[in-house]
Amino acid sequence: MSMIVDRRNVDFLLYEVFDTQKILSAPIYQNFDRDAVTAILDMAQAIAEDKYFSCSADIDVNEPRFVDGGVLVPSVIKDALAAYAEAGFFAATFSEEWGGMQLPWHIYVQISNLFTCANTSINSYAFLTVANANVINTFGSDAQQALYLPPMLEGRWFGTMCLSEPQAGSSLADIKTKAEPTEDDYYRITGTKMWISGGDQDISENIIHLVLARIPGGPPGVKGISLFIVPKIRVESGRSLGELNNVGLSGLIHKMGNRGTTNTILNFGEGGECRGYLIGEPHKGLQYMFHMMNEARIAVGQGSVMSAQAGYLYSLDYARQRPQGRLPGEKEPSSPQVTIIEHADVKRMLMAQKAYVEGGAALIAYCAQLIDQEKLVTDSTEKKRLALLLEILTPVAKSWPSEFCLEANKLAIQVLGGYGYTREYPVERFYRDNRLNLIHEGTHAIHGIDLLGRKVRMQGGAALSVFLEEISKSVEDGAGYESIAPFASTLQNTITNLIEASEAVLAEDSLRRQLANATIYLDAFGHVVIAWMWLLQSIAATEGLSGNDVVDAHFYEGKLKACRFFFTYELPKTKAQFDLVASLDDTCLNAEATHFIGV
Amino acid sequence: MKVIVPVKRVIDYNVKARVKPDQSGVDLANVKMSMNPFDEIAVEEAIRMKETGTVTEIIAVSIGPQQAQETIRTALAMGADRGILVKTDETVEPLAVAKILKAIVEQEKPELVMLGKQAIDDDCNQTGQMLAALLDWPQGTFASEVKFTDGKLQVTREIDGGLQTIEINMPAVVTTDLRLNEPRYASLPNIMKAKKKPIDMKSPEDYEVDITPRLNVLKVTEPAKREAGVKVESAAELVKKLREEAGVI
Repeated sequence: MSMIVDRRNVDFLLYEVFDTQKILSAPIYQNFDRDAVTAILDMAQAIAEDKYFSCSADIDVNEPRFVDGGVLVPSVIKDALAAYAEAGFFAATFSEEWGGMQLPWHIYVQISNLFTCANTSINSYAFLTVANANVINTFGSDAQQALYLPPMLEGRWFGTMCLSEPQAGSSLADIKTKAEPTEDDYYRITGTKMWISGGDQDISENIIHLVLARIPGGPPGVKGISLFIVPKIRVESGRSLGELNNVGLSGLIHKMGNRGTTNTILNFGEGGECRGYLIGEPHKGLQYMFHMMNEARIAVGQGSVMSAQAGYLYSLDYARQRPQGRLPGEKEPSSPQVTIIEHADVKRMLMAQKAYVEGGAALIAYCAQLIDQEKLVTDSTEKKRLALLLEILTPVAKSWPSEFCLEANKLAIQVLGGYGYTREYPVERFYRDNRLNLIHEGTHAIHGIDLLGRKVRMQGGAALSVFLEEISKSVEDGAGYESIAPFASTLQNTITNLIEASEAVLAEDSLRRQLANATIYLDAFGHVVIAWMWLLQSIAATEGLSGNDVVDAHFYEGKLKACRFFFTYELPKTKAQFDLVASLDDTCLNAEATHFIGV
Repeated sequence: MKVIVPVKRVIDYNVKARVKPDQSGVDLANVKMSMNPFDEIAVEEAIRMKETGTVTEIIAVSIGPQQAQETIRTALAMGADRGILVKTDETVEPLAVAKILKAIVEQEKPELVMLGKQAIDDDCNQTGQMLAALLDWPQGTFASEVKFTDGKLQVTREIDGGLQTIEINMPAVVTTDLRLNEPRYASLPNIMKAKKKPIDMKSPEDYEVDITPRLNVLKVTEPAKREAGVKVESAAELVKKLREEAGVI
């Protein structure tokens, strides 16, 4: 079996749970059919296994180094990204005008899954470049697009996003980086950015930073932030590279995991003039950046699912081979040992991993196809519905996997026991890689506040209503199957808890108290979403089992088992969580700093 | 020159093969299949010869079930020009494959047939040699280097204990070894272009070849599990064990 993907599950999601065929039937995607998608996934898997997976342990130990003011990145990372570029993946989703293939986004997400699972820290360079190019493609001027997109989409120039500063991480309103207008077509950028992934490297010929900065005289807070293109090396006419643009590298940040991706502190304009080119209008930078951030947030969730999948597949394979102990009641010492997958608690740990990983993978696949659907629908009401649904699901798609797929990584280590805690086995590395996802692109808490403080109440609760309508449709569908009806009914009851908790929060006057338990709400809300994903999967599996093809019976039965696991072991936890949220408990809110150690 | 490259759809080299419980063969249900890696090397070599102007047309041929069309598409996406699928759901042994290939060669009249030295599923290492015999063509097997000069082929062969370079007349059959080249990945644009390249659909009957298996498979079993070793105290003890227990010296 492959250690980076269960291709049967990919096909299940694309063709049985969700309706890829329908998206592919749209005129703009007419070149793609199932055979083509399979061939593309085969090719991507081969590159991911040969070039990405093979060096994942190596670059964790031999990480990029800071030498003489620059970065030395291991050559295996360059080779991997060269293969990715050669295969045409940087441009894949872009239109033919930019040398792209107009690949549907949800197919691209399945391709990214392969590279992320194989080696998440190499894939970050490509992800950031494509997301950056998407911003320029959406908001940049024609001239900016013509200048920057071709080399980025050929994989020759890479991109970054520069938001945080040493004193302003979660609180973007407090960023200080300045952009002063000049008499030329550029602004003079000065300031320090921190936590910049891919902020420097010696892989690409140039680096295109997207930088949030303030134009002096603009409004305070987030309403005075503008977005700039800041190249590492100045770009002259004819796209030739000129002088360095004074983006100084202060140093590399030494991380717990994800070590192949450089993480940097950058000083803009420290050694001389640093030129930045405004994107769109002044003071609308955050709005533009959100385009990249929303994409990035779903990708963070995706990365988390994939780090967990790496651990799940590894620990599953291990459990099927490792003989240890005998089953309860077997008293004969000379009887052969069983493989550990025979032990009930190992099965529980693997089933939990399956439920988290495949539940999370379904959510990512669902969000990805919503993005394609939103692009395809012409009816404005339906377009708005899909946009609202994505709005409310984005914090969940980012956060639920970050929390619970990390739990899966914990269980993968546990399945290997002592070996799992050693660096000779990869499962501890998967855990370290995944641990980042709770933190970047908005911490877990930020997304709780985003969900409960903004998304649930936006446009008079419109996003929540669309979400509830969609989930209710699935509950109705599920109720039509004898074996699934009990789960459908459980989910219906849980939705009632969710609505009651939401209403209780909105009825509270104090905003601080409303949001005090937002993280608990986020976790419980996420469980409801994942239960929904499992309901959809169990419907598809039941349909699959009713066919004549018995080849896949084990696969489908496994899906039904995992669905049952999630509804039996996991979903009931939300009752306590929603009750707590509804009670507006203020234990934590009203704890004083002195309550912790008495001083 | 025209080249035919036969490509076989086999269990993917990354897949851990499991034997069916009734020992009738390897369990292929839900298993990833892909092009035989040695055939990939043959496709790559043909493409390189086309890139240098030696070859004008590459025809990828596969004999197998409908899904073998995907294997042909992979070859087309790498750079082959067209395909022929000889469709059958029966087991085809090397001799039957060689007979079908002979018939295709007689129709297409290539100057070179280049194929993997063996397939990684049955490891037969017979098809190329049988085809050369049936056609009465020269053969250069286990090639680690192929050069075309003055209408002849110089083939460097990987043999026990070293390399042997031979010169053979054309037309010829060449079978490829692991070190000949490193095959390219298909690219996204080329996968899409390959969809438009033609594949002829044929059957063994079209070539009047009887593919009935000549061999009976009695049973298929997994290799014996490797047992734990022992530590020896001295070189003398090792030699003794090798002589008396292992019987290898």
